[in-house]
Amino acid sequence: MTVAEKLASMDYAPALESRAKANAWLIGHDQRLGLFINGEWVQPEGADVMASYAPSTGEKLADITVARQEDVDAAISAARKAQSKWAALGGHGRARFLYAIARLLQKHSRIMAVLESLDNGKPIRESRDLDIPLAARHFYHHAGWAQLMDENYPDYEAVGVAGQVIPWNFPLLMLAWKVAPALAAGNTVVLKPAEFTSLTALKFAELAEEAGLPKGVLNIVTGAGDVGAMVVNGDVDKVAFTGSTDVGKIIRRACAGTSKKLTLELGGKSPYIVFEDADIDSAIEGLVDAIWFNQGQVCCAGSRLLVQEGIAERFIEKLKARMSQLRVGDSLDKCIDIGALVDQVQKERIEDLIEAGKAEGATVWQPSCAMPGEGVFMAPTLVTDVGMDNTLLREEIFGPVLTTITFRTQQEAVTLANNTRYGLAASVWSESLSRALEVAPALKAGVVWVNGTNMFDGAVGFGGYRESGFGREGGHEGMLAYMKPKYEAALKPAKVIEAPEDITMPKAGSGLGVDRTAKQYVGGKQARPDGGDSLAVADHKGNFAGTVADGNYKDIRNAVEAAAGAAGWAATTSHLKAQILYYIAENLGYRADEFASKLQKITGATAKAASTEVEASIDRLFAAAAYADKFEGRVHEPPMRGVALAMNEPVGILGIVCADDQPLLGFVTLMSHAIAMGNVTVILPSERFPTFATDFYQILETSDLPGGVVNILTGKHSAMLPALAKHLAVDGLWHFGSADDAKMVEHEAAENMKRTWLSYGKVYDWLDKKTLSSRMILEKAIEVKNIWVPYGDQNTKSGSY
Amino acid sequence: MTAELISEVAGTDDVGASNYVNQGTAFHGDWLDGIRINKSAVERRASTLGSRRSVKKDAQIAFMLKAISCIDLTTLAGDDTPGRVKRLCAKARNPVRPDIMKAFGVGGIGLTTGAVCVYHEMVETAVKALEGSGVPVAAVSTGFPAGLAPMETRIEEIKRSVRAGAREIDIVVTRAHVLTGNWEALYDEVKAFKEACGSAHMKAILATGEHGNLTQVGKASMVAMMAGADFIKTSTGMEGVNATLPVSFVMIRQIRDFYERTGIKVGYKPAGGIRKAKDAVTYLVMMKEELGRAWLEPELFRFGASGLLGDLERQLEYHAVGGYSAAYRHPVG
Repeated sequence: MTVAEKLASMDYAPALESRAKANAWLIGHDQRLGLFINGEWVQPEGADVMASYAPSTGEKLADITVARQEDVDAAISAARKAQSKWAALGGHGRARFLYAIARLLQKHSRIMAVLESLDNGKPIRESRDLDIPLAARHFYHHAGWAQLMDENYPDYEAVGVAGQVIPWNFPLLMLAWKVAPALAAGNTVVLKPAEFTSLTALKFAELAEEAGLPKGVLNIVTGAGDVGAMVVNGDVDKVAFTGSTDVGKIIRRACAGTSKKLTLELGGKSPYIVFEDADIDSAIEGLVDAIWFNQGQVCCAGSRLLVQEGIAERFIEKLKARMSQLRVGDSLDKCIDIGALVDQVQKERIEDLIEAGKAEGATVWQPSCAMPGEGVFMAPTLVTDVGMDNTLLREEIFGPVLTTITFRTQQEAVTLANNTRYGLAASVWSESLSRALEVAPALKAGVVWVNGTNMFDGAVGFGGYRESGFGREGGHEGMLAYMKPKYEAALKPAKVIEAPEDITMPKAGSGLGVDRTAKQYVGGKQARPDGGDSLAVADHKGNFAGTVADGNYKDIRNAVEAAAGAAGWAATTSHLKAQILYYIAENLGYRADEFASKLQKITGATAKAASTEVEASIDRLFAAAAYADKFEGRVHEPPMRGVALAMNEPVGILGIVCADDQPLLGFVTLMSHAIAMGNVTVILPSERFPTFATDFYQILETSDLPGGVVNILTGKHSAMLPALAKHLAVDGLWHFGSADDAKMVEHEAAENMKRTWLSYGKVYDWLDKKTLSSRMILEKAIEVKNIWVPYGDQNTKSGSY
Repeated sequence: MTAELISEVAGTDDVGASNYVNQGTAFHGDWLDGIRINKSAVERRASTLGSRRSVKKDAQIAFMLKAISCIDLTTLAGDDTPGRVKRLCAKARNPVRPDIMKAFGVGGIGLTTGAVCVYHEMVETAVKALEGSGVPVAAVSTGFPAGLAPMETRIEEIKRSVRAGAREIDIVVTRAHVLTGNWEALYDEVKAFKEACGSAHMKAILATGEHGNLTQVGKASMVAMMAGADFIKTSTGMEGVNATLPVSFVMIRQIRDFYERTGIKVGYKPAGGIRKAKDAVTYLVMMKEELGRAWLEPELFRFGASGLLGDLERQLEYHAVGGYSAAYRHPVG
């Protein structure tokens, strides 16, 4: 085309980024890449290879080694061997390495970006301006955490060897999110990149070599999902996975009972809510970054557009006009918005979902944009005319497909937004900050962007609620996911307090005073157990000590329902929560002698020990009350004009299962800290000594605690625990009991991704306030939600021109 | 478009005609109600625009030539003289050295700048100097740059410039109306200027650098278009802050809304601060992305700039000969 013709058409032309250096690197390796184990590059004899393709062109880029079981084992054992020395290097020592890696990423940013775009198909603009700089930023940020770990986390230590399995949508960035905090905290790593996208991970390993990272600290094994399973099932102490919810559940079940620490960053169907008072054009532009960023292959993609009904028609019209301007093309073209999907398999998956949605009545629209001839490309897609039941509105599509629905009111917007099993991210568009800041906390999502989307930073935690997984990546929360409290290593196995075979029942009304059978405590009322049975309980000698309600799974159902009804507790002021906790402490104080003598009688504690346990319970209540308005969130200052508010939100409905030792103190400690953070609870007190809890509900009744915040169910744990662990409305479960039960709990918890805290048969000494500090407990009682609030209105010279 | 609106803008059915004339509409307060601009979001769009649309090689040459055709070559200084203005007009007639144009195979297209922009006193000189070139003369008017002369004086200034041969009038608005949200007063003012312009094209300078925020910029843009502005223009070049990409996004999105509401195409003129060829290309990209191909012609897009042409010439020479140029090799204006 001549200049004159160009001048007439004013069309763009392809502007391809040079791939010379990337090609040279691939050819330098004979397009054959090995595994990185114990600081060595290995291509084991007999190991298979798999080809890695460029989805933009279909060309083969390289053969990647498929690790075998023995290779994965070798990598894990190299990591194990290197770990203690790496941890012993100290925060500053590790910080130097992380800093060097960050610098190297910047120094090799172009080849990294080109490799990433070639391998994954994403536009070079994104890999160059987002993936690579964010990865470098993550290492800088975590170099800082390494430096500060000794000072900030004196009671924590590295978990050990981290097995990490990452997805193909942000290959290097996900590596950074996994590797940086792991190394910062003193862990060593075995990482498996996604089978479609191994190149930048392998190039990264070369940078780690260049940085002089000690042998074995970082190991990269490549292959498909079965290699990932080898990593997960190997002798690792921590498993971190980013990927689909289905695989996340499999991993969690596989890890159940192993006491491996686990973080899962899973799927999403994130709402993108546009209110009538939004900046409409900017909200439309935001959608380009929300759902057509990385071809929509983003776990936190704003894939569900909820738009207020009054503006919907005009909004959709404008959106279609905007979509018509999007350019689809070669991933290395600097003049496109949308690159290639990662693989033909993915495209077929998306198309199948679209067909299913259409069959259910959806209208599917695509602009008539020019499509490149070769490669795996897909036009931006808009779906309308759906109900909440439509596949395209419910399922994660992981493609450039936006599904839209309208709402009438703010309240309805929140209801629709939360009507999903997922809870990863959300966007709220409104020029009313009052509205946006009311909506953000009401959304079930780990990340909320106000008037923006897809903002990330190393300092700001990222991760989900519900079936979007648990654990955070980035910031303080992210560091916690790679450390364990030092007390864990010192925990001793709990001694089982055997229950007698039979308890000789006294005759009712004979000599023991008026018959008294404790009931269940549900919804603030004493309730007969659903099964209508009672259960005799014995003292430490096996003698009859009282009768309690014999609960079953239906009592669990009733208690969870009551707890759900009390969810408003979370929104009460922290001052009120503190007051009630102090009041509970006060009322326990009145009855301290009674509880102490009962402890002596029933558990066989000495007078001193019994009195200590009661006093410690009051102390724990005071601590929980004190922290109710002090265990607060953080205000992050990411590199932008704005803030990210890290809010500590309650987990939700929390099941708490108490151990037999310290039956009063254990119950009081866990209950008080849970409710201090706004959780509502269903508590199974010590099965052996339940009457302290049943006595305690009288105290709760006289302390102004709203009904349903604490529900107490007595009976055999075996009759209730499975129902509690399986209950899909229960958001978290703390289990202090046997390792076998812990395994069952972990297994069942996978279905709705309950947050669990499990003792695995170890004994927790709640008198030890130093190691089992309130803060340690409170960390388990919260979810961190990061609300990004960019701000600015005054008309000043902006940075861009 | 409602029937009422269609009748209101009757006479503009020939959308796409070369002489885009905005007859204006009645004052619609409700069109302003929905205008809310989020500065951070607009800045994000502005900051990624250039990296989303890399314009290289022949496309880049075409975009740069197009940019030249959209320049209002401007001199607005107290020391302007007829000699200076004549020199500028000569540059407007032949903005790029012929050998460079020839190298691109476009020697015959008769490239000129979009207009020459001067104070009233220089209109006659400029008209004479540009005779036969087709390059229109634009006059800044209405008490430029502050716009605080008596209304009668401002109206009279427009009329005299039109009589002197100016085919385009750049008017300035009363910032107080914007800052106090007195949109009807702003509407009345601009409408009065438009009437005085007669058949001359009117560019309404909003002086956005003196607005309190971007929402005011958006509302002022819409009001000026309702009142009949054929172009909306950012700045006089004298404010502390002149044309910026975020401000431009806000203004051209209002142009789009106005077009969607009325079918009338209004032009855009960023002025001040655009000095580099690269920036000019980015502005053209912005127009193409947000408004489409039609807005890449001088009828609907102008740069108010004096220094920009020099950089475009040097960049073009680089593309023509493959080496970087020096300023003194190009005739000054």
